[in-house]
Amino acid sequence: MPIEVIFFIEVLAGGLLAGVMYALVALGFVLIYKASGVFNFAQGAMVFFAALTFVSLVERGWNFWLALVVTLGVMVVLGLVTERVVLRPLVNQPQITLFMATIGLTFVLEGLSQLIWGSQPHGLELGIPDVPMEWLSQKWNINISQFDLFAAFVAGALVAVLAVFFQKTRIGRALRAVADDHQAALAVGIPLQHIWAIVWAVAGFVALVAGLMWGVRNGVQFALTFVALKALPVLLIGGFESIPGAILGGLIIGATEKLAEVYVGPFFGGGIESWFAYVVALLFLLVRPEGLFGEKHIDRV
Amino acid sequence: MLYREAGQFKSTYAQDQQIFPIRQDRVAVTLFLVFAFVVVPLIGDQYWLGALITPFLIFALAALGLNILTGYAGQLSLGTAAFMAVGAFMAYNFVLRMPWLGVIPSFILAGLCAAAVGIVFGLPSLRIKGFYLAVATLACQFFVLWMLQRVGWFTNYSTSGVVTAQSIVILGVPFDTPARKYLFTLTVVAVMALLAKNLMRSETGRAFMAVRDMDVAASVIGIPMMKTKLLAFAISSFYCGVAGALHAFCYLGTVEPEAYSLDLSFRILFMVIIGGVGSILGAFLGAAFITLFPIFLNLASAWLHVFGIEISHATISNLELIIFGGLIIFFLIVEPAGLARLWQIAKEKLRLWPFPH
Repeated sequence: MPIEVIFFIEVLAGGLLAGVMYALVALGFVLIYKASGVFNFAQGAMVFFAALTFVSLVERGWNFWLALVVTLGVMVVLGLVTERVVLRPLVNQPQITLFMATIGLTFVLEGLSQLIWGSQPHGLELGIPDVPMEWLSQKWNINISQFDLFAAFVAGALVAVLAVFFQKTRIGRALRAVADDHQAALAVGIPLQHIWAIVWAVAGFVALVAGLMWGVRNGVQFALTFVALKALPVLLIGGFESIPGAILGGLIIGATEKLAEVYVGPFFGGGIESWFAYVVALLFLLVRPEGLFGEKHIDRV
Repeated sequence: MLYREAGQFKSTYAQDQQIFPIRQDRVAVTLFLVFAFVVVPLIGDQYWLGALITPFLIFALAALGLNILTGYAGQLSLGTAAFMAVGAFMAYNFVLRMPWLGVIPSFILAGLCAAAVGIVFGLPSLRIKGFYLAVATLACQFFVLWMLQRVGWFTNYSTSGVVTAQSIVILGVPFDTPARKYLFTLTVVAVMALLAKNLMRSETGRAFMAVRDMDVAASVIGIPMMKTKLLAFAISSFYCGVAGALHAFCYLGTVEPEAYSLDLSFRILFMVIIGGVGSILGAFLGAAFITLFPIFLNLASAWLHVFGIEISHATISNLELIIFGGLIIFFLIVEPAGLARLWQIAKEKLRLWPFPH
């Protein structure tokens, strides 16, 4: 194959895999938005909190799996506490109020995690080396990181599990009912508080997975909280309420961003990745205001 | 007893339409303005004027701008800092490239440039709303900052990307000391706050509120959606742009993109929330709270130091984050309408005091 094609494929694959990483973070947003209509800005802080807790436990000599389970427990407790302390008193408030409350939560989490574990950056190893796949590079001379593929696999598995959970289980049906209409769900006897607690706990789990993946990629440091900002254009494209949308949006954003960075960026003097995804998402919204799979809202006066 | 409007009859239309219809309010506002213009510059020292009160006024102006957009017109924006940056950089360039223009026209033109940017990034609001719009305004934040960093023209091809703001000279009078800068800022803020107060009770303001409360219903009763929404973006960005120019010229003394990060956007949003969404007074109360809060925290840590409890600097900044976030949640739960609502309650109580039912 000519070198340009190989390069293009490499860039595209890198972009798609990076997109999967964005999708991992976006999933957390979607889960909470879907079930409670809350746009949880604290998702980035949760990712940071989970990764930092895990890596600090491992560095203190804890067993890998024990640390994982304990961190998961911490994230679940965090979700429950959030539901109890922040969301429950704000039931029936406008969505914007809840959104702002989660910005407050972001600050609390950022402060808390650094207060407990310190603010120095950590490296994270999961035992999967971040090196190119050997057979791919030997056969076609294409370099694709082994870890990226692993992350993509994890994200795919997570989405599959969540999709089954939402579609097939009793709790999943309750979650969808709550998402549709709080009051109607309450009327048929679905305990709203339990559902929200479950959703926040699951979002905590997703944050942990995203935190581990991003932690290996970029190191566990404060900049991890900005990962959430990368996930927002993904949400715009995929729609706020759709789990498959998060994945597809992630792929679109990841691919266009990387391609633009390589092929368009030099014309603008580089550094366009900070806003390019947003502009893509914006243009997309002009065509489909509710994203790819978002629910179309019909306004009634 | 003190705050009672009984016996104040309005016998002309002019009286009926004044901004402050109650005599006590008029007296209070006049006294407050006299205090701010005369007493504060006399008793305030350099630190208080330069590092506390001036930035408070500037942030209050920015919060006022955001409040017009978010509080009155109901369009959530996370790009406030970007509009401020546009104002700061354009003011710098107008003063630099058209020195004959004078400072005040330069500031107004800078505000108009910010308004133009606001209109462009307000266009999506015609199509999308709510959180989709909030995220879309982030595009403005990132794009504008990138632009200011990349295009050398804005910083006059300075290598570091940081330029010193020119000194303000109006009619030969240099505004160089903290007290004079304070007076300049205060004048601008007072005039613009008065304008905003007036605008919000006009037809335009009522149209904004109708759009906020329900845009479909508003368009059904004949409020032009495009004009109203874009006007809200334009006016809001104008205020933010002027605030940005003041921020660079009267507070920082430098013009640099880093000063207008997303963090600043959030801080201004918090000022609006804590102060009171949809209230002019709220913008000032919120700005005062957010500006003074770190000072209190520092004082508190100094007192703890006296009692022999040592807290490291990193711990303090982390605690600051936690308390800050906690307070925001607390405020939203306890008083979603913000500090301005507390003031309203106080007024209602004062009306009956000292003989409540």
